[in-house]
Order: sequence, then structure tokens, then C-alpha cells
Amino acid sequence: MDRAAIRRMVEEIETILAARDSIRIMEVCGTHTVSLFRSGIKSMLPPGLKLISGPGCPVCVTSQGYLDVACELAARPDVTVCTYGDMVRVPGRNGSLADQRGRGAEVIVVYSARDALKHAEEHPDRKTVFLAVGFETTTPATAAVILAAEAKGLENFFILPAHKLVIPAMTALVSGGDVPLDGFLCPGHVSVVIGADVYRPIAEGFGKPCVVAGFEPRQMLEGILGIARQLAEGRAQVENVYGVAVTGEGNRPARELIGKVFTPADAVWRAMGTIPESGLDLRPEYKRFDAFDRFGVEQGPDVCPAGCLCGEVIQGKAAPSDCALFGAACSPLSPVGPCMVSSEGACSAWYKYHRKA
Amino acid sequence: MCLAVPGKIVDIAGSGDDPLNGRVATVDMQGSRVEASLAMTPEADAGDWVLVHAGFALTVIDEREAKETWEALQIALGDDSPPAASSEDA
Repeated sequence: MDRAAIRRMVEEIETILAARDSIRIMEVCGTHTVSLFRSGIKSMLPPGLKLISGPGCPVCVTSQGYLDVACELAARPDVTVCTYGDMVRVPGRNGSLADQRGRGAEVIVVYSARDALKHAEEHPDRKTVFLAVGFETTTPATAAVILAAEAKGLENFFILPAHKLVIPAMTALVSGGDVPLDGFLCPGHVSVVIGADVYRPIAEGFGKPCVVAGFEPRQMLEGILGIARQLAEGRAQVENVYGVAVTGEGNRPARELIGKVFTPADAVWRAMGTIPESGLDLRPEYKRFDAFDRFGVEQGPDVCPAGCLCGEVIQGKAAPSDCALFGAACSPLSPVGPCMVSSEGACSAWYKYHRKA
Repeated sequence: MCLAVPGKIVDIAGSGDDPLNGRVATVDMQGSRVEASLAMTPEADAGDWVLVHAGFALTVIDEREAKETWEALQIALGDDSPPAASSEDA
């Protein structure tokens, strides 16, 4: 990293800030949250530059009701639940998936949706349910395995769909107006799939500069500076400082996979309620893979643990340190809410890197 | 969210695992090897660098960018959460 270049960028941000009260930038992506802390950028920035963590941690935005259904399915003797790792320790109404495992349930952590499909093929006597969470980076993988399951005629593979879309969530945040925001540092790897152009309605329609950045320290800082420059010049546009991986239109085969298998649907976000067309349902031709239908289960109410502010944290309405449980009743070893469980949750990042700051 | 990790394709085999593009690559990630479907990157070839997320190559990138990204991830995730484990993140 070129220290002189970094210093120049920080100085330019300071100059821009001198003419304003503050600049409030939401980093939508959980990996940005962690990277901004660990690279030292967060501590380098002047105090008037506020970085606010957004709803970009898939585990954190998943509603409590979804988790309860996952636990209910895991408790069935003929079901194996396959899931990405971070979901396992999130506490539900009756404990976590890890607790279910302690009670004898079969819960397997997978690296890929492909592993879940493989498990179903190798265990025809069991019903394999894959917890399909994640944003557009992750969704094409789920779509691809649904197509594979269809082609193979598998009868024992299902998904519990909860994929989310980034743009409707960002739109809900800016149109809600509860959280004052000046611009968005847009996620790098989600944008590899969805492209940079899709942020234009947020930039141009709502007047919020959007800059797509990767995870290198210099690039994240370029993104923050890009937003500050736009604000100083009275512009609100989409910029992309991660051009080596992100194009305007994104990854077409990946988007086609999503479109072939899924269709946009209203979705429940933790504490944010239902956001129109912000999630994905299986298309009718693939509905037989839907675990909600197959097992006749319904997503219960999104009841958050008492005192837990995860719902406010993912919307930028509260900082982790605003929560009375933070660092006391809630820590990474004994988490109350998902933002403390997930390695990319804002509370986990604050706990590890910011508590003493 | 949605972290992808760079690696180099060392071998490509047809596996029939996905119906759109049966090619599955063996990807070397700084010594550890993972399988990645090329369903989203039909243009990828042996020797190419790709960003891999949850068993799928998301895009082809150049070698210099791959190395920079790798270094950035080392900083971002550090020893307590190596990239191989972080791919559990959705």
C-alpha cells in the first residue's frame, strides 16, 4: 500500500469535510465493515466522516421466523439441514441449529450449495434441506443446483428459500428517510453479479452518490473519497473503482441463472418488516423444491430477542455500542443476536476491533 | 457479505454437476485446492485466475489483481479467519 497516496486521500477528505458538518456513508457490505476496521482505514478517517454499517450481512438480515423454521425442519428425524457456517449459531426462539444438533438433529455445514446437492444424491433415504440465504453473489449457486437437481430427477433435495436483493433494501433505507445518509459504498462481489449500472436509480433518483469498491484498503478509501468528492461538487452518480472485476451490466450468465429459477417476491427482513420485491421465490416450475411447501411449514413471526438491537444496527439506526447487551450479555462466545454471531456482522466487528477505541 | 476469493485454475473436468455448463475447475488458492463450477464463467480456461464464491467461479480476473485481492483479504480477515473458512459466509 502506498502510504503517501493514502495520506493524500485522507487529507483531501479532511479538506472536503472542512466545508461541511459531516459526511455519512453507509458501507452496505459486511466484508467492507470488517476490512475497514482491520486495514486501519476506519481509524485514519477524520471524525466527521461517519461510516455506518448497512444490511449487507445475509445472516444478520434473516428473520427470526426463518431460523425457527430451519430448526423445526432440523428436528425431523428424516431431514438433514445443510447450511453455510454462520447460520449455525444464531439463536432462534428454541435455540440455535447448533442446539438442535446437540439434541441429535443432523445439521451439516457446507462450503457450497453443490455440497448440499451431493449430500442429497449420496443419501437417498434422507431429505436434504439447504438453507438458501445470501445476496446476489450466492443466489446463482443455488439456482444452478436447483437446475441440476431437476435434471437429475432428485426427489429428496429441497431449499428453504430466503435469498435477498441488495437494491430494494438500499431503496427502502433511502426512501424511509429515518437514517440520514449521504452516500453508499457499494459491495464489491455482489456487484460482480449485478453490475454497477443498477445503482443508478439510488444515485440519480435519490441523490445519493454510489461508489462500487473492492476490499483492498486503497480501493475502499478511493470509494470513500469518490463519494466525498461527489458531495463537494454537488453530484450524485455511480462510480466504479473496482473495474477489474465489476462491469456495468454484471455477470450475465449468473443473472440468467437467477432469473431462470427465481422470481422477485416480497421478503421479510429482520426488524425491517416486509420489503416489496426484495427477495426471491422459486418459479412455479421449480416449486417442488421449496421446503416450505414440501413440509407444510410457515415462517413464524419475526420476534427479535429481548433487548437486542440487531434490527436497528443493520439499518444504521443504532451503532453496536448503543445496545445495552453489547459486550455484556452479548459477545461472540455467547451471542444474543446474529450481528454478533456472523464474522461479518457489525457487532462482531465492533467487538473485535472497536471496543477499546 | 458475499466474499469471493481469488485462485488459479489448474485443471478443468466435465462433471455433469450442473446442466448449463458441465465444466468444473480445480482451483488453487495459495496452496489449498477447491472445486469450482464454471457455469457463470464459460470463458474461463486452465491457467486463468478467477474469483471463487461458494463453489462457483464468479469472474475471471488478471493475475496482478488476484494477488492484490489476496493480500487485501489477508489484511481483512487475518489469521483468525482464513479465506478458506470465510467462504462459509453467504
